[in-house]
Amino acid sequence: MRYEPRAACRLATLGFTQVYDYVPGKVDWLARNQPVEGTDADTPTIGRHLRHEVTTARPDELIAQVRARVARSAHRFSLVTTADGILLGRLRAAVLDDTDPTRAAGEVMEAGPSTLRPHEPTAAIKDRLVGKGLTYAIVADPDGRLLGTVHPGDL
Amino acid sequence: MTAVLYPALRRLLDDGAQLVEVLPVGEYTEMHLPGAVNIPLKTLDAATTAGLDRSRPVVLYCWDAL
Repeated sequence: MRYEPRAACRLATLGFTQVYDYVPGKVDWLARNQPVEGTDADTPTIGRHLRHEVTTARPDELIAQVRARVARSAHRFSLVTTADGILLGRLRAAVLDDTDPTRAAGEVMEAGPSTLRPHEPTAAIKDRLVGKGLTYAIVADPDGRLLGTVHPGDL
Repeated sequence: MTAVLYPALRRLLDDGAQLVEVLPVGEYTEMHLPGAVNIPLKTLDAATTAGLDRSRPVVLYCWDAL
């Protein structure tokens, strides 16, 4: 049972008139990679190891344009986002290499790729990535906003 | 009481809202939002809330929405 509604009632009886309930609580705060205080504040999480130099593309961009930017980047993939950073899909290397360059990114992207939250523990995520032979994972906040990528070699 | 999500929480904090964690002290000690005070639900009364400013918004939180 949630504590806040009862706490709010008690505050009201004590004369507090401006009471709010941050419903999603600490989990939501952590999942947005926000700082915390306390004895466990320094627990290693993947949010501390994000890479931000991800090549992004808009859904209406031509594959040719995206391919050129990826070729100049450190990675072989691109992530498709809205203008305000909401993750829409992914363009893997094979798609970028083999797709008609005149097609739009949104037409050929892998929609809704799996994402991790930044507060997930470093050791467990490293084990998972290595165990599955993955070279990176995508990290996003609860609203789907792209935060970056995490790579096993960095963890 | 008004339920809020993260964007509204940010605005409230910018306006000087007071954060209150209502979980037991052990959980607060381990990890809490920056600047939050701890008033566990079982201890919430006139004495434990005396440090809160009634003229400023109070935002309550615990672990999650469940």
